[in-house]
Order: sequence, then C-alpha cells, then structure tokens
Amino acid sequence: MARKTTTQSKIVWTVIAWVVALVIFFPILYAVITSFKTEPEAIDGFSLIPSGTFENYITVQTQRDYFKPFMNSVILSIGSTILALIFAIPAAWAMAFAPTKRTKDVLMWMLSTKMMPAVAVLLPIYILFRNFGLLDTRIGLTIMLTLINLPIVVWMLYTYFREIPGEILEAARMDGANLWKEIVYVLTPMAVPGIASTLLLNIILAWNEAFWTIQLSTTNAAPLTAFIASFSSPQGLFWAKLSAASTMAIAPILILGWFSQKQLVRGLTFGAVK
Amino acid sequence: MATQNTKTLARLMMAPSVIALLVWMVIPLSMTLYYSFQNYNLLTPQNVSFGGFFNYQYFYTDPAFFTAIWNTLILVVGVLAITVIGGIAIGLLLDQPIFGQGIVRILVISPFFVMPPVAALIWKNMIMHPSYGVLADIARFFGVQPVDWFAQYPLFSVIVIVAWQWLPFATLILLTALQSLDGEQKEAAEMDGANFLNRFIYLTLPHLSRAITVVILIQTIFLLGIYAEILVTTNGGPGYASTNLTFLIYRTARLGYDVGGGAAGGIIAVVLANIVAFFLMRAVGKNLDK
Repeated sequence: MARKTTTQSKIVWTVIAWVVALVIFFPILYAVITSFKTEPEAIDGFSLIPSGTFENYITVQTQRDYFKPFMNSVILSIGSTILALIFAIPAAWAMAFAPTKRTKDVLMWMLSTKMMPAVAVLLPIYILFRNFGLLDTRIGLTIMLTLINLPIVVWMLYTYFREIPGEILEAARMDGANLWKEIVYVLTPMAVPGIASTLLLNIILAWNEAFWTIQLSTTNAAPLTAFIASFSSPQGLFWAKLSAASTMAIAPILILGWFSQKQLVRGLTFGAVK
Repeated sequence: MATQNTKTLARLMMAPSVIALLVWMVIPLSMTLYYSFQNYNLLTPQNVSFGGFFNYQYFYTDPAFFTAIWNTLILVVGVLAITVIGGIAIGLLLDQPIFGQGIVRILVISPFFVMPPVAALIWKNMIMHPSYGVLADIARFFGVQPVDWFAQYPLFSVIVIVAWQWLPFATLILLTALQSLDGEQKEAAEMDGANFLNRFIYLTLPHLSRAITVVILIQTIFLLGIYAEILVTTNGGPGYASTNLTFLIYRTARLGYDVGGGAAGGIIAVVLANIVAFFLMRAVGKNLDK
C-alpha cells in the first residue's frame, strides 16, 4: 500500500515537473521550430509543426554573412578567456597557497570592481577606444571582455586552488622536489579540473556579454550579440530567418552550458554554494 | 628567509591582475568624474568648458531621472521576487524523485545560456507580439482581445523577460543547496509529525538562507546593469516608461552625444551602486561568515 502511493506520487510530481520545465523551455523550442518554417508560416498562427525547410539557415549565411559574427564570437570569447586565465592563474595561486592578512581584502576589492556600473565608464572607454583606434576591433573587445571577467576568473580559480591540500606540497618538498618540480608534477595535475571549469564558465559569460560588445563594435568586430541586436527593428530579418540566426547563436553555448551545471553554481556564487 | 621569498613571489604573481583591475577602475572612473564637470558635447568638440555642477543639476532636475531610478528599483525587486520565489518552488519540485530528472533539469536551466538580445527578441516577436505572438494566439483562442504587452505594460514585459533569463540561475543554486540538506534531519522532522509547511519554514528555509542571500547579491549586480533586453524590445519607451538608469545614461551619452551629462549620470549611478553594494556586502558578509 505504502509502496503504491509513492509510485503514484512520483508520477504526479513527474507530470508537474515536466509541465513546468516545458513551459520554461518553450520560448527556445519555439524559436528552433520557427527557424524551420517558411516566412508566411512563421506569422500564420500557432503551430508546432514546421514544413522543415533549411532555407532560412542558408539565407542567413548568404545574405547576412552569418559566419563573420560567429567567428568573432568564437575569437572574442576564447581569446579573452585565455588572456584572463594567464593573468588570473598566478594571482589565484598566490592567494591560495601564500595567503596573507590582506588576501581576503584583495579578493573582496576585486569583486567590488564587478559592482561598478558599466554604463558609468561608457564614455571614457568609448573615447579612449576611439583615440587609440580600438573601436570595432577584435583586440579592443578582447581586452574589454578580459577585464570585466577577470574578477570572476580569479575568484573561481581561488576557490578551486584552495581545496588543494597544502600538505601534499610539503610531502613533495620532503622528497626533494624543488619549486619547479612541485608546480609541474604535483600542483598542475591537481589544478587542471578547476582551470577547465573556469575556462568553460568564462567562455559562456564572454559569449553572452551584451553591453560592451554592442557599444564598442559596429561591423568588423561585431560578435553575435551585436549582430542579433541589430535586427531589433521590424525592417531587420524576418522571423523565420531571425529564428535561424538565433538558434545558431545559442546552440553551441547551450550545449556547453548543459555540461557545466555544477561549475556554474560554484563559479557564479564565488564558491559560496557548492 | 624562505617566507620572505614566498611573500615577494606571491606579490609578483598577484601584480598583473591587481594592476590591470586597478587601471581599469581608476582611469575611466577619474575620466568620468572629470567629464562630469565639463560642458562637452561630441557634436561640438571644440566648445569644451568648465561647467561646475551644471551637469548634475541638469540630470537631477530631469523628470526622467526619477522615473529611471524608480524603474530600476521595480525591475530589480520584481525580478528578484519572481526568481527567488519561483526558484524555491521549482527547486523543491526538482528535489522530488521524478522520472527523467536529468532532462527536466537541462530544460529548466537552458534560458540562462541564451544571450540577452536573442532572449529579448524571441519574447518580443514570438511570444508577446500583439498579433503574431503565442500569447495573442492563446488570447484569440479564448476569444479575448490580445494584449499589446510592450505598449501597455512595457516595464512589466521587460521584467518577465529578465526573470525568465535569471529563474534558471536561482533554481540551480537553490536546488544545489536543497540537495545538501541532511536527509536524516528531514526524516526526523517527519517522524516528529511536522507537516510539509512546518518542515519548510523551520528546516528548509533556514538551510536555504545562505543560498538565497547569494542569489540576491549576484543577481542584483547583474540586474542593475540591464541594457540589451531594453534596447531590443522597448528602446526605453514608450516615453521613459521602461528606461532604467543604465539606459537613461546610455541615451544621454550616446544618443544625445552629451559627454558631460552622461558622465554626471554615471557618477550618480556609481554612488547608488555603492550604497546598494554596501548593504549587500554587509548582509552577505554576515551570512557567509556563519
């Protein structure tokens, strides 16, 4: 009897959970479905069954050169992430393995730079970029994305490095390892998972950053965020084509995101929730 | 001796990050501060003069300023309320044993990975559009007049879109916290005859307090700077109905070419963000040190 009620309640909860999940996921699903419709179909009332045309995907590429902003997104997100890691790995390393009284303050200060409203420095950055010829360049946007994500990268790495036990270093030292050997043979293998998680999360954040990328790019360096935003006017792409462009813009990061659920919680809460 | 070496090495290793962030903070902020006291318009760059507090006065006496502050507040509080309450509810739901839990989780967290312009355009064109959107289709099915969401309820529409984007984040974090709740405690409470509501109030909610604090802190940081969602849907309108502070400064600076005015607005935004950050950090610090 008791057994039966649990199965029943499991079914009830399953139905509720699936309904909620599908409602939340619906806008994405509907955009994907619309991308396989023809333009007249797209505005012809509610329908979950498209005629299955791939034409929109082809048109987006041939008429709007979709590949260019896509490559810009790839270059900017990966480039800025690697650059941020180069800056952050030594810093996080030092804070985790040689903490001083001020380490906590430095970390808090870094976090506080994230709280500075981006719009407050919009004009200086715009003017600096203009004067240095960095507007609408990939290098300019890469620097920008590196700086805005650097605090998160340092924090994330710090929370991972802190969990590497210090005793293992002492043991290695006892066995006669010098600093270099310590880093290469002992610490690096233990740090790689944390670095990989940080890399993954930061690529997602950089890919979706939609303030600076829109403000500081026009055509040459414009990533997908700016590309899609330029279709906000009704004269832009038609819906089926816009859906195709949107689907391609979110698909890679969506899949990456599904694999990084755990890291996401840890990374975005600065290790406060695990 | 060795510790002295380690300390120096540690400082050297931290230096690039600290210097980069310091430069990134100090130079643009001091430029903003400087510009905020200048009469400087990008359309007439030869006529730059000292303006004293004129820009601040201009910004402060602009009726749009208070509208924007109010809208910013409503936007942040509205999204926080929806995402925290919704996140707890969905978190509790996903914490139950259900079939296909992995897939349900993936579906629920997906909106978080959708870039803001795409999220906003999907909602604008396919969901909330007054004649072709799904909501209009549903309204017509029931014989009701479809609502023109962005014209009639612009700020509410933006809140819905932003809440949709952040609900997965809150859910994921609160679910993670729920899963770390001790099963034995739950069982003990059940044995003692505590019903669901009592277990939730006296056991689950206190356990979640830290996670809720973190969700509020992190979302607030991002929600104060909402920009792309407004840009591609309402463009701040009608009038200033959906203009938040970020968007108002953007309007002044980039669309009005008013460097001085935009900078004064920027400084005001920094001051406000600091006030918010102060209380948040204090609250969070209390909660995190536990």
